[in-house]
Amino acid sequence: MLRKKLTRRQFVAATALSSAALVTAPYVRSANAAGKLSIGFWDHWVPGANKASTDIVNEWAEKAKVEVTIDYIPSQGNKNLLTIAAEAQAKSGHDIFAMPTWWAHANAEQLEDVADIMKPIIAENGEVNGTVTYLGTVGNKWLGVPACVGSQIKGPCSRIDLMKKHAGIDVQAMYPAGSEPKADNWNLDTFLKAAEACHKGGVPFGIGLGETTDNVDTAGAIFLSFGAQLVDAKGNLTVKTDAVRQALEYYKKLISFLPPDVAAWDDASNNKWLVSGRGAMIMNPPSAWAVAKRDAPQVAEQCWTHGFPAGPKGRFAPYLPYYWSIWNFSKNKQAAKDLLVTLSKPAAIEKMVTASGGYDLPAYEKLTTLKVWAEEGPPKGTLYHYPNPYKHQILSIAASPAPPKIAQQIYAQATLTKMCLRYHQGEAMEKTLAWAEGECEGFMRS
Amino acid sequence: MADVALQPDRVGATQTPRKRSSLQKALKRKSTAAFLMTLPLIILITLLVLYPAFYSLHLATLNKSMQRFVGLGNFEFLFKRDTFWLVVKQSCIFAITAVVFKALIGFIVAHFVHNIPAKGQRKWRGMLLVPWVIPPAMSTLAWLWLFDPSYSAFNYTLSFFGIGPIPWTGDATWARFSVILVNVWYGAPFFMIMYLASLKSVPDQLYEAAAIDGANWWQRIWYVTLPMMRNIIAITTLFSLIVTFANFDIVRILTAGGPLDHTHIFATWAFRIGIEGSDIPLGASVSLFMVPILAVAAIFILRDVNKRGNES
Repeated sequence: MLRKKLTRRQFVAATALSSAALVTAPYVRSANAAGKLSIGFWDHWVPGANKASTDIVNEWAEKAKVEVTIDYIPSQGNKNLLTIAAEAQAKSGHDIFAMPTWWAHANAEQLEDVADIMKPIIAENGEVNGTVTYLGTVGNKWLGVPACVGSQIKGPCSRIDLMKKHAGIDVQAMYPAGSEPKADNWNLDTFLKAAEACHKGGVPFGIGLGETTDNVDTAGAIFLSFGAQLVDAKGNLTVKTDAVRQALEYYKKLISFLPPDVAAWDDASNNKWLVSGRGAMIMNPPSAWAVAKRDAPQVAEQCWTHGFPAGPKGRFAPYLPYYWSIWNFSKNKQAAKDLLVTLSKPAAIEKMVTASGGYDLPAYEKLTTLKVWAEEGPPKGTLYHYPNPYKHQILSIAASPAPPKIAQQIYAQATLTKMCLRYHQGEAMEKTLAWAEGECEGFMRS
Repeated sequence: MADVALQPDRVGATQTPRKRSSLQKALKRKSTAAFLMTLPLIILITLLVLYPAFYSLHLATLNKSMQRFVGLGNFEFLFKRDTFWLVVKQSCIFAITAVVFKALIGFIVAHFVHNIPAKGQRKWRGMLLVPWVIPPAMSTLAWLWLFDPSYSAFNYTLSFFGIGPIPWTGDATWARFSVILVNVWYGAPFFMIMYLASLKSVPDQLYEAAAIDGANWWQRIWYVTLPMMRNIIAITTLFSLIVTFANFDIVRILTAGGPLDHTHIFATWAFRIGIEGSDIPLGASVSLFMVPILAVAAIFILRDVNKRGNES
């Protein structure tokens, strides 16, 4: 056998030649000529909903000649938050990531500005609501494109029969399918009376006071309805104000009409409360109704999703958007932007919303009257008012309008529900306020 | 000198075998072999333990946005927070109470199992180890259903006796009780198996001698069993204290730190601040705070073990 020994000089020369050939070679378009793109999407809880986004991405990838990989990362056990933290530390990972609520701001310095693509998207789809801007922008920089997948409003989901029977309220007449709400009398006083009546009737409202998001979101909307802010938009402490005192007084009354164990409720508790048929109302996106449709159809056909009661300062509803953000360490930013534009086309949005059974909410004003919300049932039209088609309520997030990095702490530490519980358990109002002020001072550290 | 300078080849020829022989000698040394055999583990520990430990030390010295060095500023900030001291207090209550009960239950059950005839002992040992071998994240989910605020199986059962409903996870005291109970349930089998192994190594002659001297049951435990088990008890306690202090899954699943932060321990609060609140440096500082507490415990316990080792 003839063996030729490769000398060091020959090896160096061969390497240099092949490198030069590769660099100067004419550009050949292969199947994946436009590079690679990896995406971390939120793993949808609705069976089959992920397929809609996969199909849209694959169709785009084929046309754009980009090799795409998609990971569906669940929010169960905060797996998505852990992945975000890990990728931010490692400065490596996916190119596009679905950032929930506060996480775009929390990683603002590491995200690519997508203002250039947001302009045409908004021009096509309509304006976004204030909460989307609050959570998704720093100055003129857009931290991500609002994603319809996972975005939700946590409004009231009422039992038609129980509300009529115990509180004398016809929620279907108040929020008729296909037409404007007739809810001028649907305010916090009416809400409290209804809560009392349903409590007396043995079917109390299922509103939690634990430390998870569902609990915090409801408290946030009610606080904002009173104009109660712990920290204002400029970052000033505004805990010891009459508005906050009013909100606490209101909550104290409300808690006495809620189930006795609400301090221990998590995000699953209210869903179980509705599905078990033990309560007349919960505050949730239509996921609880969808589960009821599967497990307790007799409950589902009595559910109606509608608007929040109005307070002295307006009608606020909790809105939690997701953003598709591009990490600044992404090596294929242009392809990523191109894909996000495709995902934000009205047809793509409608496809994804329909696949989610109407759970997902587009952030754009022209896309709040899609067919799916009018047709989903039973009862037909139960989701008609879910996307806020008449801009009847102000979509908000708890702890706003504090600067997002402070608000995130107020939100994560559940300061609002803790205040309500402390006061309800007999702590003096001023002591509760002093405690909350101390907490907020701590959240302001930079 | 001149010879060496004139005959360089010879020098090389004599040095190489000497080098080789010293390498061979080094390789033959027991300590070298031991080092090489433990090298994979050392590399693994360096990568998975030391690097993250030093990295978290580094993180703890940064400001919230991780762009500025703040030295011990995060710790200074924590010392001024009431919630932090609440967490320190709760971590100590949680760990100490749980370890005491685990040790006590483990000791008692180990004696029961030790007294079972050898034929049936294996079955009991296997069954009693079940809580310890199930991943705690899974078993705690079952406990969560048992303690569920609205649909607790315990409350359902107690209602037949006119008791309850008990707010297992909704009231601060009951919530603390619940997380400690689950931790004891999970960890007691570890103590049991360690104590059982230790009991089996106590020579029967000592008990026979004690019996001849007229020692009763309690005196046999106090003067024979306990002194013979002291080192195992100390080491097991230290190990369990470290693991219990660093516990995360049980509290996270059962109460997530609530109600009103009354069940938060270091790991769960660090997660709340660091991951859920996006303040990783402060979260790292909280998690590092258990190091000095555990170091003090380790020094005392290991010093005691060494002292007794030297005495014997």
